[in-house]
Amino acid sequence: MPSNGAAEAKPASTTTNGAAAETRRQRMRMLISALGMLPVLLILCIGFHVLSEGRFFTGQNLGIVLQQAAVNTVLAAGMTFVILTGGIDLSVGSILAASAMAGLTLSKLPELGMLWLPAALLTGLGFGVVNGALIALLRLPPFIVTLGSLTAVRGLARLLGADTTVFNPSIPYAFIGNGSLTLVPGALSIPWLSVIALLVILVSWLVLRRTVLGVHIYAVGGNESAARLAGIKVWAVLIFVYGVSGLFAGLGGAMQAARLYAANGLQLGQSYELDAITAVILGGTSFVGGIGSIWGTLVGALIIAVLSNGLILIGVSDIWQYVIKGLVIIGAVALDRYRLQGSART
Amino acid sequence: MNDPILEMRGVSKTFFGIKALRAVDLIVYAGEIHALMGENGAGKSTLMKILSGAYRPDPGGEIRIEGKAVRIEGPLGGRAAGISIIYQELSLAPNLTVAENIYLGREMSRSGLLARGAMREGVGPILTRLGADFLPSTLVAHLSMGQRQLVEIARALHARSKILIMDEPTTSLSAAESERLFALIRQLRAEGLAIIYISHRMDEVYALGDRVTVLRDGRLVGSLDKPEIRADTIVRLMVGRDVSSFYKKDHDPEAGRGHPVLAAIDMADGQRVKGCSLTVHAGEVVGLAGLIGAGRTELAHLIIGASPKTSGRLELEGRPVEIRTPGEALEAGIAYLTEDRKALGLFLDMSCLDNINLAVLARDAKLGWVLDRDKARERADRAFAGLSIRAANAGVPAGGLSGGNQQKVLLSRLLAIAPKVLILDEPTRGVDVGAKSEIYSIIDNLAKAGTAILVISSDLPEIIGICDRVVVMRAGHIAGEVTRGPNSPLTQEDIMALATGMEHLDA
Repeated sequence: MPSNGAAEAKPASTTTNGAAAETRRQRMRMLISALGMLPVLLILCIGFHVLSEGRFFTGQNLGIVLQQAAVNTVLAAGMTFVILTGGIDLSVGSILAASAMAGLTLSKLPELGMLWLPAALLTGLGFGVVNGALIALLRLPPFIVTLGSLTAVRGLARLLGADTTVFNPSIPYAFIGNGSLTLVPGALSIPWLSVIALLVILVSWLVLRRTVLGVHIYAVGGNESAARLAGIKVWAVLIFVYGVSGLFAGLGGAMQAARLYAANGLQLGQSYELDAITAVILGGTSFVGGIGSIWGTLVGALIIAVLSNGLILIGVSDIWQYVIKGLVIIGAVALDRYRLQGSART
Repeated sequence: MNDPILEMRGVSKTFFGIKALRAVDLIVYAGEIHALMGENGAGKSTLMKILSGAYRPDPGGEIRIEGKAVRIEGPLGGRAAGISIIYQELSLAPNLTVAENIYLGREMSRSGLLARGAMREGVGPILTRLGADFLPSTLVAHLSMGQRQLVEIARALHARSKILIMDEPTTSLSAAESERLFALIRQLRAEGLAIIYISHRMDEVYALGDRVTVLRDGRLVGSLDKPEIRADTIVRLMVGRDVSSFYKKDHDPEAGRGHPVLAAIDMADGQRVKGCSLTVHAGEVVGLAGLIGAGRTELAHLIIGASPKTSGRLELEGRPVEIRTPGEALEAGIAYLTEDRKALGLFLDMSCLDNINLAVLARDAKLGWVLDRDKARERADRAFAGLSIRAANAGVPAGGLSGGNQQKVLLSRLLAIAPKVLILDEPTRGVDVGAKSEIYSIIDNLAKAGTAILVISSDLPEIIGICDRVVVMRAGHIAGEVTRGPNSPLTQEDIMALATGMEHLDA
């Protein structure tokens, strides 16, 4: 339509200007949402450093924080997969306990001792896949299914050790629980627990952002009916995410077992699911599904660890720690909502 | 003429420096149906929200109701000023009764207890006046869409509104329900109400409007009185240029005949679809018409395996195929564009890029699983250019786009698999005029390239404008077929006769 060329030229140029402004606004928005809770984490760190008269930013203390954050980071990574699909996994604490019990029990057998690590992982994976199958194939609500397995798997964990604490002071691979990876001899080393947690985050990021499966996970969480019509095997995606959550809970169990040389089916991992869910929510992942990132989860897990560590450093009593932690969580999420207002869905 | 009931003078609205409305004058009289038209984003909903009190206009403008200057503030401000709005998505609580919905927010009580009986009696006269065929005590969940609309109107009348604004009220109504609604709107006009009627559909505006006001880019570009209301004039005002051929059909209607691509034989689901057969040839655009509830969407869902069938089989290019899931349909080359793109089609939080590539991610992937991001970007860029999708870039979330651009994003996802058969369910619903005509030429080009296309649509001028022949469904059956002859064009009358079962009367 050459005759229309002149008439169209003017509106076209205004659209370009509008589009450029829109692009700038989008970039700004993406930057803000990518940073997420990072500013909160930094403010907390600096605040505790000042309040504790310079005891927070020391090599030793940071090592402790990283180590304390490690297991929760791993659980929260699995939880991120689940919550991204709009689900929830309440059973990770119990699965962690059962996996640690299974691993420790096997580690005491002389010939099979070395296999305790894969055994713990497989135990977690197994429970996770059962959760996923119940949710995906029988179409049961995730909250109900995992609430059930929270209780049932806790019972199995106690059963595995005949309701006692299982010890193994000579457990193989004990270094992952207490050793450190030396980066600069004598100056810089990172606890193996933290190395594992970082690897888990990295692998999760690769899966979520660089694979077909990752897009499918976001799609199922964003709009399950549309995903089904688009030819995505929703059931397979669901089994996968609960399987991952179980597998990471199993890994968390192995990390705990190696650290403590012991496990107790009743006490280990009690209410760990709450910290994991908190980390994911602090990280900006939407409870409805479809929106969120694994880096946010890492920041969320670090906020929880810094908060615990910092409050102890400045000598706040145990009771007040609970109150303050709870308020910080609510405040942080309120801030997040306020910040993201006007973006996202229309 | 008497004094206007609503007078808006120089009303503007600015959002973060962007003018959504620029000095709009709107004058509405009692006892008139005033149609408001414009593409998506033209400023219709901003104007409406100012009248409802959801937005406050920029200082400088003036709104007068019955000659008195008013300030409409807060969600109840519109109602207090005598303005009621019936939104496209109805705002009824389905778990409450008709009477409770009408009284919502202004419940009657006696000594602190809810006066259910009095409320039921209170709404009786209004329901009778509207000719409602349901009781005040009926749960809204049990009502049809048309009946729910009636409840909304009853709510407006009950609030003694003098101005009723209706936003695309027929979107989810069947043809018969729409007709009843039109009769009711005319009755309300006769009773002296002013009705502002917002619609994309030319035939409705034509049938109802006493006056038409057209908005474009936040400006009022014209008001037409009854004798001047003509489709071409309105379209020219809306898009700002001449639309020589709105419906585009350049492909040869006889080209593909003799080479059937999709044959659905005796499809049934045991409920809404009762033994339907149809064939679509290569390069052919077949319309699937019928009233709402005739089973058209359900038949499409059976074909693509989105719902289980009790009988029937499919043949693709002469060979039988078994399709049990939408995924298998895509693999076989049958793509389906849903009628409900927000609920069943798009992922509103995901980028346009991901939305476009979703169906071919696995095929493009490296090592079977790793996303090929370059290929995805290329494909999205091609789709943006080819379908002229207007968005800042392919990375923005699909939810932020206008209806027409969202539809084009969804269409790009289907086109990415290079389908042999394309089933389009209400492809231009909620899409503005400009994008509509673009979608028509996309359909036309696909037909030229040999794709077999089945278009489900309730918009009869659209079906006639773009289809080569029309299959009509009625109550789960194929009622018949309307074909185009050298001297006999497709007509709305023939299609409606089949759709409603009137063809026996003609014979």
